[in-house]
Amino acid sequence: MSGLTTQRWSPYEMAFWLLPVAAFFIFPKYLTLGSQILITGMFALSLDLILGYARILSLGQAAFFGVGAYTAGLLAKYGWTEPLSGLLVAAVVAALLGLVTSFLVVRGQDLTRLMVTMGIGLMLYEAANQATSITGGVDGLSGIEMGKIFGVFGFGMDGRTAYIYALCVLFVVFCILRVVVRSPFGLSLRGIREGERRMPAIGASVPRKLIAVYTMGACVAGIAGALLAQTTQFVGIDTLGFPRSAELMIMLVLGGTGYLYGALIGAAVFMITQDYLSNLNPVYWQFWLGLLLVLIVMFARGGILGGLLALRRRASRPA
Amino acid sequence: MIGNFIGVLFDGIAYGSLLFIISIGLSVTMGLMNFVNLAHGAFAMVGGYACVLAMSRLGVPFLATLPLAFIVSAAVGAVLERTLYRRLYRATHLDQVLFSIGLVFISIAATTYAFGSQQQPVQLPSFLRGQVHVLGLDLGTYRLFLIAVVVVVTLALTWLIEFTRFGAQIRASVDNQQAAAGLGVNVERVFSLTFALGSGLAGLGGGLGIDVLGLEPTFPLKYMVYFLLVVAVGGAGTITGPLVAALILGVFDVAGKYYVPQVGSFIIYVLMVVMLILFPRGLMGRRV
Repeated sequence: MSGLTTQRWSPYEMAFWLLPVAAFFIFPKYLTLGSQILITGMFALSLDLILGYARILSLGQAAFFGVGAYTAGLLAKYGWTEPLSGLLVAAVVAALLGLVTSFLVVRGQDLTRLMVTMGIGLMLYEAANQATSITGGVDGLSGIEMGKIFGVFGFGMDGRTAYIYALCVLFVVFCILRVVVRSPFGLSLRGIREGERRMPAIGASVPRKLIAVYTMGACVAGIAGALLAQTTQFVGIDTLGFPRSAELMIMLVLGGTGYLYGALIGAAVFMITQDYLSNLNPVYWQFWLGLLLVLIVMFARGGILGGLLALRRRASRPA
Repeated sequence: MIGNFIGVLFDGIAYGSLLFIISIGLSVTMGLMNFVNLAHGAFAMVGGYACVLAMSRLGVPFLATLPLAFIVSAAVGAVLERTLYRRLYRATHLDQVLFSIGLVFISIAATTYAFGSQQQPVQLPSFLRGQVHVLGLDLGTYRLFLIAVVVVVTLALTWLIEFTRFGAQIRASVDNQQAAAGLGVNVERVFSLTFALGSGLAGLGGGLGIDVLGLEPTFPLKYMVYFLLVVAVGGAGTITGPLVAALILGVFDVAGKYYVPQVGSFIIYVLMVVMLILFPRGLMGRRV
């Protein structure tokens, strides 16, 4: 456990971050899919923070994603086209919503939390669906014109700016989260995950820490949503939908919970497979997705990253 | 105005009864096995499709298809319990949630593949259509029939759980599995039978509900919240809790959609969050 709190980057991590950079040069035709993966990866990070580290079951993370997306979209639509400040405003709005709702979430146990998070998500979906004059309802929010980043880099049709922008924001957010989960605060979250009842005995306030991490997760999800709105210049009502929350959980579990990298790997594998399979037939895709979930739960609880780490441990053990 | 109100109340109660009969199995499995099963609606859908297929392909009359719906769903439930669910009783809630969402996706895709994505029609027999006059009110015959069936089922269920040997075994297992096993109750068998019974009741509800809830492949996802809500608000492991919760939910949903249609389903979600905050363990919950 010596590496638990170290902030040093391992060679594996550095190699990992070279992959998206390499992808930019190797697959110039898939940059749109690439930015989607980066954004979804950041969204999955937000769930990993609250589910992987604090074990809060949430099926309503899309609420914050959608709120971030609509905030950024509406800002741009009504004249505030500067991207970075728009991102910041969306992050603050989503975090505020997270803070307000966290008090409801922290109270209950697993089932109650599941229902409350789902209920909040459904409520926002209905609200956005009804408020057609603001959100555009089911048609979505279009007519967003983004300004240039730093007044220099415009969002062109080739998706190069969008990709680099998404990658930079993701990397910054990741670095912050990496510090957070390795801090004493992050350790106390793991403590809550492993034994919620024992944490008060060493002087940790469980509800306060859960509120903090839930708010943080909401903030990250909001940034991801805002990125999607800014790079695609469109906000669909599906950003708030239940399927997005459910798929998010699937990606995270596919990649492996509680490593941060698992979220990114899961999002990438999920999105690439979805892109490939749903072109063949969307109904089949749903079937394989369901089967995959059942198989992960039955046979591969740690996800991809959990499996890889187990392999590495086995390899390094003296025979 | 008053007649109008009573009409809404009546429709709400009929709707709530339907939700109750579908969800009661979920309440028992959650109370008994502490299993968060999001796929419960899939068993209701199996029952609904059994009904429709028996009617359209085999020409079985509607009333006779209802026991069939029960049997088919109970059989599917028993098989899945034996093969899959059983392995996850001791798993974390996260694993259970993922597993059951997976089942929901599989059921949606498989149903779409087999029967198409369109709404399935149901032809009610003529004596269940139309309205009857009771005390100067026009009440839908089918809704009266629904309420009657649910009253009968609830009475039978209460009798089963309160006054039979099997019921005593269920109650003992819910209260304390280990002590029950120590006293010679075959807890595993109780689990299997209860799961099958719950799935069967969901199937019966699915068949009864085609006319009210509709029937299409996304059924398990569309109503998942409602079923979970009945159990979470009512409290798992009891009969009266979910019954009260289902009736409240049904009345509020119907009234909300009737009086303030522009708000849509919003009312239900607000109601749900408020109830869960007020009663984190459910109205009649007895387990932490």
